[in-house]
Amino acid sequence: MRTSRAHALTGQVVVTCAAALAVVPLIGVVIMALGEPDTQDSTIRLSDSFHFGNFKAVWDLADMGTALATSFKVSITATLLTLLLSVPAGYALARFKLPLRNALFFILLAGLMLPNESLIIPLFFDFREVGLADNLIGVVLVETALGLPFGCFWMRTFFRDAPHEITDAGRVDGANSFVILVRLLLPMAMPQLLALIVLSFVWTWNDLLVPLVMLSGGREMTAPMSLATFQGQYTTDYTYLSAGAILTALPVIAVYLVLQRSFAHGITSGAMKG
Amino acid sequence: MASRLTVTSRPVQPNGAGVAARKQRRSTTLVGFGYLAPALIFYGLFLILPFLHSVYLSFSAWDGISPARWVGLENYRTILESSQNRAAFGHAFVLIGFYALLTTALALVLVGVIGSTRIRGLTVFRAALFLPYVIAPVVTGVAWRWLLAPEGPINSLLRAVGLGGWARGWLGDFTWALPSVGLIGTWMLLGLALVLLISGVQRIPVELYEAARMDGAGPVREFFAVTLPSIRNEITVVTVLAVTAALRNFDLIYVTTQGGPGSSTEVPSFLVYQKAFFVGDLGLASAMGVLLTMVILVLTMLILRPWRKG
Repeated sequence: MRTSRAHALTGQVVVTCAAALAVVPLIGVVIMALGEPDTQDSTIRLSDSFHFGNFKAVWDLADMGTALATSFKVSITATLLTLLLSVPAGYALARFKLPLRNALFFILLAGLMLPNESLIIPLFFDFREVGLADNLIGVVLVETALGLPFGCFWMRTFFRDAPHEITDAGRVDGANSFVILVRLLLPMAMPQLLALIVLSFVWTWNDLLVPLVMLSGGREMTAPMSLATFQGQYTTDYTYLSAGAILTALPVIAVYLVLQRSFAHGITSGAMKG
Repeated sequence: MASRLTVTSRPVQPNGAGVAARKQRRSTTLVGFGYLAPALIFYGLFLILPFLHSVYLSFSAWDGISPARWVGLENYRTILESSQNRAAFGHAFVLIGFYALLTTALALVLVGVIGSTRIRGLTVFRAALFLPYVIAPVVTGVAWRWLLAPEGPINSLLRAVGLGGWARGWLGDFTWALPSVGLIGTWMLLGLALVLLISGVQRIPVELYEAARMDGAGPVREFFAVTLPSIRNEITVVTVLAVTAALRNFDLIYVTTQGGPGSSTEVPSFLVYQKAFFVGDLGLASAMGVLLTMVILVLTMLILRPWRKG
């Protein structure tokens, strides 16, 4: 049994090292962001005092407040829309015998493989025609559509695996499909809904390419766009850049940490069933 | 409601019930499509339609202003004949080597060392391991531009351990920029891969390991005979996720190298953007996007092999 204890210890050490590898660079960024401002110096050093003023400076220089508000607006709306569309679609795909059901499901799933890069040119030119260029609504519509393949797949899996006895009982009691969905099935779906919420939010927030192309007029900016633009202007001002990076990442990290279990659930079982 | 009443009357009137049942089936179908339609319409309008338009544009010469002109496969031929564009696809495959092969190999080695031992505090570790995957690639890019800067922490570390000769501006180096971007990708995905593989290992029944040990298998045999075959699905999933991430990495290239130095880190996802919005060759850019989609599709199919049952 001596070897198995040594083995357990090795396992623990390996996982600790891997976790450190993931986190240490990010801690470095935090230390850098609190360093001496305006030095053009990329060397990391612990200064005697933390310069929290760097965050304020970047907040003003990169108009981060507005950008973060824009990102919140886009991400929350797109997430809610994804939820609102995926739940009934997944329900229909799992519980209704529809003609062409499998074909439709396959077409939806294929969307998981469509790269944003293959969409941006029509998005830019066609959306301009219909007045959705430089318009947050346009970004929300596209980000929602991008979230639907996973959302429908994810909700379909839940509805397929949910106990049929409960819905049968509901039907015997004379409940129609909508009542069964809202009263009986959705209350059981909380873990799945939370996972879909956190994943949609994170994916929408993080995307650069779609807002970069669709908001190219410069009237509106999301946080990642703002950070990328800021880097274009302050190329080597690593203190400010680190502060900007933290401001951009913080909302996602906060949402992720709060819903950590749901995120892991969505990623691990979502990926495995896919 | 009326249709439900007719169900109870089935034994009495077989003929009329047939019609009623058909009627009900039709109304159920309608309700089902009612639930499905909003998502399908959304998906069609904002994903499928733009993609089909992309495919159409890929057969055209268009500058965005004058009317598009049909040119058949001309754009595709231009891409395949230009060494710059071929190189971009080559770079994408190098990145797949880092994002997918290196990541999976590293994760497998780590999983092999960890073996079947239960990790204490896995939830906390998992939270940390996922972090590089959770934060935006833009943030990752900005962070690593600093970490890899000429006087940045990585080079300081090299100098501190006496490897100062290795220190360089990694992302500005013609030879090292592409591998550096690749290693950033490995960093982004390693934790995710590890968590997925560990969760696979933890589903393996302990009896399998006990049986292997009874047969006198050492840790290495145990890994190849028990662990590896049992987590085949997890490995497949990790590979698909990583290959896709390697090919759709516009964000990271945009903030780290913009395709440079020279064209040493140009990849298809970045060229689509550049050719479309800076060169103004929208037909060629569309063809590049369609080719990228096809590469993703073919590689995913090859890895998943959905035609193989089970």
